[in-house]
Amino acid sequence: MVLGKTIAEKILSKHSGQDARANDIVVADLDFVMGQDGTSGLAINAFEQMQGQKVFDPGKIAMVIDHSAPSPLAGVSALHKQMRDFAELQKIHLYDIGDGVCHQLLPEQGHVLPGNLVIGADSHTCTYGAINVLSTGVGSTDLAAGLLSGKLWFKVPETFKFMLNGELPKGVFSKDLILYLIGDVTADGATYMAAEYVGEAIDRLSVEARFTISNMAIEMGAKCGLMEADAKTTDWVKAHSNREFETVKADSDAVYARVKEYDVSKLEPQVARPHTVDNVSPISGVEGIPVQQGVIGTCTNGRMEDLRIAASILKGKKISKKSRLIVAPSSRQVMIEAMREGLIEIFVESGAAVVTPGCGPCVGTHNGVPSDGENVISTANRNFKGRMGNPTAFIYLASPATVAASVLYGKITDPREFF
Amino acid sequence: MDLKGKVHKFGDDVNTDYIISGRHKFKTLDMKELAKYVMEDLDPDFYSKVSKGDFIVGGRNFGCGSSREQAPLAIINADIDAVIAKSFARIFYRNCINTGLALIECDTDQIDEGDELEINLQAGILYNRTKGIEIQITPLPEVMLKILSEGGLVEHFKKYGTFNFD
Ligand code: SF4
Repeated sequence: MVLGKTIAEKILSKHSGQDARANDIVVADLDFVMGQDGTSGLAINAFEQMQGQKVFDPGKIAMVIDHSAPSPLAGVSALHKQMRDFAELQKIHLYDIGDGVCHQLLPEQGHVLPGNLVIGADSHTCTYGAINVLSTGVGSTDLAAGLLSGKLWFKVPETFKFMLNGELPKGVFSKDLILYLIGDVTADGATYMAAEYVGEAIDRLSVEARFTISNMAIEMGAKCGLMEADAKTTDWVKAHSNREFETVKADSDAVYARVKEYDVSKLEPQVARPHTVDNVSPISGVEGIPVQQGVIGTCTNGRMEDLRIAASILKGKKISKKSRLIVAPSSRQVMIEAMREGLIEIFVESGAAVVTPGCGPCVGTHNGVPSDGENVISTANRNFKGRMGNPTAFIYLASPATVAASVLYGKITDPREFF
Repeated sequence: MDLKGKVHKFGDDVNTDYIISGRHKFKTLDMKELAKYVMEDLDPDFYSKVSKGDFIVGGRNFGCGSSREQAPLAIINADIDAVIAKSFARIFYRNCINTGLALIECDTDQIDEGDELEINLQAGILYNRTKGIEIQITPLPEVMLKILSEGGLVEHFKKYGTFNFD
């Protein structure tokens, strides 16, 4: 009897022309290839060392200047210039400072579609799994090979299926859910595997909220964080691209390495404590811890829905004198929409510093490095020691609602009182 | 490939921010320069302790975190010959193969700081000289051994112009 396939097996079969099953190694055709300013420089060097002349298809490649944008240092400026020169020479898409975070831009600008196979030289490339894309992070040499050949080798992943039942309570968001799951299965709970997130809890979420979940699949070690496409997905995709696409569903008799079922209807807001993402506590275990800096933004939680939730809490109020707040919209388009809706005004009036759309202070290159021993509460996806540029600082991860509530009081605060 | 050297031991979940911090990686593409900061947030003196051919040994989930290829490149440039761990995060794993850094998956509980190791990659044997014990290595899939033995993916592409595993 021939058994059915998971989403990952189906997409890799289609793109390799082989009957791809978990643990096979295949060489597959790529639909889109992306690099950012922390990884593209090395990739361009590797491309040249490989004696590459022309990229495989300029329309299928983007480079994004988002991690240290605008440049804080001459060395970084040189990397940015290298990317601009390469993009001009090769006629590929270039997103420059202020355009936004790569993982917001690729779906938003219609570059990635359901059923696609995509690589990005950034670990959170798994984000597009939320719209049924098998997308995964690679390093610069893989990126160079992709730029040149339009192909890459893949080990077909086994799949870990998360069945998520019930409805999230008020004041509890997709960020809380994914933090909870990571805490439960730990930082290497899905290593080398594809995660598939299914169930009514996912069905009820907006596409924007789903991106947050797929974005953090890598924090449980997964290669990708896949979801099936429903009507919300196809509507969202059609609003961002007019190209044709074919969605991919798992077969009912697909083989899973692991299946875990959860009921989310009693979930509390969750917070990841320093210095690992899987060090997760319900909010009741961390309430009252003082926070000197809050961050709302990043590829995890810098979209319109996130900004609306945070603004609904901050509207007409001032953040605590004991805290600072940095807001980084995830793209230029999000920034414009947030301006039109008056959200930026709410943030600025509340005492926040609104910075350039992009990665903001997430990776510690600029835009808000914490001081020694300070506590930060952030909507980002990583809280590793030193992540934000100071190894003596402590980073807590939470939803936009929890961050907004916490900076109002200068301490970690349960946001449910606002809903 | 015969490797010989002493052990620098770390724990579980050594992430790429620890291997080379984001605050350094954006500054330059000069890997010799970046090598000076390898493991800095876990051990500020690490670079000065390493002798040519030494090994970094970790626990579970070594190399988790970002896709930065500066991580294996900085390790190579710090004169480390191989990374040994119970398990590796997948992007780091790919990056090691692609950049030509040998990576060895095995039980590391019986390897301690300062131990002298001898490794034969082809034969799949790790010998802990200090303790006088042999440790079984999980063999690498053929495709990866091929890329590694060619010196990495750049060399593979130089040779074939595309992927060639026939
Ligand atoms: S926002 Fe943070 S996690 Fe996302 S791509 Fe930028 S640096 Fe990486």
